[in-house]
Amino acid sequence: MDSIARLGRYGIDFTFRLGESVLFLVSAIRGAAASLSRWGLIIEQIYAVGVLTMLITIVSGLFVGMVIGLQGYYQLVNFSAESSLGLVVALSLVRELGPVLSALLFAGRAGSALTAEIGLMKATEQLAAMEMMAVDPVSRIIGPRFVAGIISMPLLAALFSAVGVLGGYLVGHGQFGIDQGVYWTSMQTGVDLVEDILNGVIKSVVFGVIVVWIALYEGYASAPTSEGISRATTRTVVWSSLSVLGSDYMLTGLMYGG
Amino acid sequence: MSLQHLSEDSIVEAHDLHFAYSDRPVFDGLNLSIPRGKVTVIMGPSGCGKSTFLSLLGGRLVPDKGRISFDGTAVPSKSGPELYAMRRKMGMLFQKSALLTDLNVFDNVAFPFRETTRLPEALIRIQVLTKLQMVGLRGACDMQPSELSGGMARRVALARAIALDPLIIMYDEPFVGLDPISMGIILKLIRNLNDVLNLTSIVVTHDVTEGCEIADYVYLLDGGRVSGSGTPEQLSTQSDPAIEQFMQGLADGPVGFHYPAKDYLEDLAG
Repeated sequence: MDSIARLGRYGIDFTFRLGESVLFLVSAIRGAAASLSRWGLIIEQIYAVGVLTMLITIVSGLFVGMVIGLQGYYQLVNFSAESSLGLVVALSLVRELGPVLSALLFAGRAGSALTAEIGLMKATEQLAAMEMMAVDPVSRIIGPRFVAGIISMPLLAALFSAVGVLGGYLVGHGQFGIDQGVYWTSMQTGVDLVEDILNGVIKSVVFGVIVVWIALYEGYASAPTSEGISRATTRTVVWSSLSVLGSDYMLTGLMYGG
Repeated sequence: MSLQHLSEDSIVEAHDLHFAYSDRPVFDGLNLSIPRGKVTVIMGPSGCGKSTFLSLLGGRLVPDKGRISFDGTAVPSKSGPELYAMRRKMGMLFQKSALLTDLNVFDNVAFPFRETTRLPEALIRIQVLTKLQMVGLRGACDMQPSELSGGMARRVALARAIALDPLIIMYDEPFVGLDPISMGIILKLIRNLNDVLNLTSIVVTHDVTEGCEIADYVYLLDGGRVSGSGTPEQLSTQSDPAIEQFMQGLADGPVGFHYPAKDYLEDLAG
């Protein structure tokens, strides 16, 4: 009986948080619209969530590109199709790995930082103080971070893919001696601007919305204690990673299914 | 000074105020009025709803029943332009000072100007330096909040709270965790700012000595209602055992030393 009650409570709690987070999203969008006129604040946040995530994105992108180069070459060489290595690397990065992996890194690096920052602002009464100074924390704090996250995410994904393509080139040309003209030409002819690149950008914009939404909500709704903040930070990383992977499946189905 | 007399020129009035946190009742028909231009101290044991009263007054919480009004108009129950207009006339000093950690002292005090007014930067600078001078921290204007001691942080927060020249200023536990010198400074500042700037001050505290030292009028809260009120002198001579216990900090009295439990011997014997 107890476990059934617990399950029910968990269900109610989950539904409550889901509804609350949707209401939060609505007010965050309102706050984002209000903050659009304040570019200084947005650029500050682009630095915090975007620029500071660049290093980890570049390093990961390079290694992922190199690994695809290796794996791709080992398989393609069996069919003497190593001339398509550039295409394989570019497509897998631009369509899937670029947006998804950079979103996972973004959730771990920037999302967790956002949650902790907002949670601490709440715990130290900074948000309450703003309210009492007649400043709406949603447009002053949440809005700029929301916009900055949505702007940064596709740029980071593009950076990830670009560096990954270079990594594939290093392996393909440097290690296996594939002709550089062949590597780049296969990419140029095979990658479609709309089908591949635009869809990848759309994906990363969606992932950006998901990650900052979850991160900001968890921070804003966190219990204002050290334990509450640590739990909120964990939840941000877990939930945004799962949501990115789940929505990637759905987006891929929608984009390439028809 | 009777309550009747006070309500003739009171800036804050609570009438039959009821409030509960989900299932824990806090106020059960609270009536009080804060006289204009005076320092009013609200005291009571921890958890009696002193800080909740300030949240209700600031419109951050909404009463379940009853009315709370500020400067003649009811505090709006919905977040919106009216509520923000009302908050512009209120200053609040939070217990944790609540300085914005990513801004230095100057920018913290400048924050309300930059966010809610369109004053030119040169004018803001003059205003900020004036406010910092009042709390004696003009020299610290380039410091970061993390470099400040607890007492200094509270003084900066005080300068920020008076930035927009509010009508009232609310102090939430201003004496907690201060060394004796900082305590003396804060006590002096509350009195001086009140008299010089022609403010009304509401101080919420459980420190009886400090509270009585600066109070013009005292409210004691207990069990969701006002359990006693008057000037500090009137209260200290009252014979009500509950008031006496609180004012003198006695360990035993109407609020028992022992938390209700079953019989001691019975419990020991198992």
